[in-house]
Amino acid sequence: MDIKALYRDIVNEHNLHPSHKRDLASPTIVLQGVNPSCGDDINLQLEVKDGIIIDAAFNGSGCAVSQASADMMIDLIIGKSKEEALRLSESFMKMIRGTAAEEEKEELEEAASLEDVAHMPARVKCAVLGWRTMKECIDKLQSGISQG
Amino acid sequence: MNRYRKDFPILVGSDVIYFDNAATTQRPVQVMEAMRRFNDTCNANPMRGLYGWSIAATDAYEAARHTAAAFIGAEDDREIIFTRNATESLNLAAYTYGLDRLKENDEIVISVMEHHSNILPWQMVCRRTGAKLVYLEPDREGCLKEEEYRSKITDRTKIVSIGHVSNVMGVTNPVKELAALAHEKGAVLIADGAQAAPHMPVDVTKLGVDFYAFSGHKLLGPMGIGVLYGRKDLLEEMPPFLSGGEMIEYVDRQSATYAEIPHKFEAGTVNAQGAVGLKAAMEYLKDVGFDTVMETERKLTALLMEGLASLPFVTVYGSSDPEKHCGIVTFNIEGCHPHDVASVLDTERIAVRAGHHCAQPLMRFLDIHAAVRASLYFYNTEEEVERFVDAVGKVRKWLGY
Repeated sequence: MDIKALYRDIVNEHNLHPSHKRDLASPTIVLQGVNPSCGDDINLQLEVKDGIIIDAAFNGSGCAVSQASADMMIDLIIGKSKEEALRLSESFMKMIRGTAAEEEKEELEEAASLEDVAHMPARVKCAVLGWRTMKECIDKLQSGISQG
Repeated sequence: MNRYRKDFPILVGSDVIYFDNAATTQRPVQVMEAMRRFNDTCNANPMRGLYGWSIAATDAYEAARHTAAAFIGAEDDREIIFTRNATESLNLAAYTYGLDRLKENDEIVISVMEHHSNILPWQMVCRRTGAKLVYLEPDREGCLKEEEYRSKITDRTKIVSIGHVSNVMGVTNPVKELAALAHEKGAVLIADGAQAAPHMPVDVTKLGVDFYAFSGHKLLGPMGIGVLYGRKDLLEEMPPFLSGGEMIEYVDRQSATYAEIPHKFEAGTVNAQGAVGLKAAMEYLKDVGFDTVMETERKLTALLMEGLASLPFVTVYGSSDPEKHCGIVTFNIEGCHPHDVASVLDTERIAVRAGHHCAQPLMRFLDIHAAVRASLYFYNTEEEVERFVDAVGKVRKWLGY
């Protein structure tokens, strides 16, 4: 997809009108994800109950790709188990590396629209920021360290 | 049509608008031809050989040193040290002069506008010697006022290291005045000329600087060759930077005596082919003439700034006077992250830089995270500027506004 079309069809909407850009009242874990070289800086918040991500949100600032990617990711992971979320994160990373199978891409739903970012090496880190941070959140929870 | 474009194969027949000249410039056929000639007629390890090719390679390398000396007004060829780039040149000054001469409570003065390569080496010197790093603060337009530098350059100052031209604001700093003041206080002045040497005539003797660093690839030359000018008496007293081959006189098991300058600072096999390319680049620039370079950049910058000023939502940083930009125009579009701007401009075949421009302290000073930078050179054209301004005017629409 032409990059302008990618922005027009998907990224702009999630960037300018994000569904999940807010603070959670009682998050189980909050983690900051940063791309120091470009200044993307998000604050990812998950509320996890009985192993299920019952709510998620983010705040922060960054380019449209980083913001839209985080917003689409949250769309996808709310209601999923931690394990399921990790698996989706793995699928997303594979898609960006160009090694994901069709079924894996389908599961990513709208987030799969960022597939073409794989051809823009400078923007890959923007697209994966939310996913990377989410994985870190869950890894931390799994290892028994949680924080407010 | 611009009469120089035909010399640049990458520009001929391409619709790319290359506005990232402050990052690196394009190379004319004359540079590639000179390097090819070196490769095809005298490629051998310079300095050591006693046979024809090696002697010719040595001559070619030393001729490049002579051209570089003349290019920046150095009085003695031995004051020119070839390095990889301006970053290495500044590191050489920091690791040798800086570490050797500074002690606790001495001060190094730089400005908040510096490129990271003129910040980090001095942070290192301060960490190791206990010296203190002091920052000059410009006004909002990037101008360093006399009262500011008079208050910061004091008897404690041992080094003043300043960008000749800022890589973000494009502003030319008062290097000559700073050098005079530094000398009055017993300090040396080091100028980072990476953004200046390609765009204006530089005369290190008239400026009165003690060291001057610049890169070849920003002035039409190849990557991997740069210059450090150093005053002869200082270079002679300084310890070597790297050690090994080519920089010694005698070596025994426990000690060595070093070669004379400049070879003392050029350890290992040198980048002779790169130096030959740099020589051709400097000769090409001299043929174009800095009057032409500056006049073209001034006209294009004025047109560009006028175009951007006519667009709502665009903020340009630095002086409102195009003459004070050295071809560098840094800006932001309200609501649009610079990386998104650069990505959509790329789809219009426009190459600009986006990010913090290796000047994070300056970004914080300007209270922004990042910015878009368009940087021009004499081979750019009015048509390109018009196409660029037109595209910038559409960016907000492309990003959903």
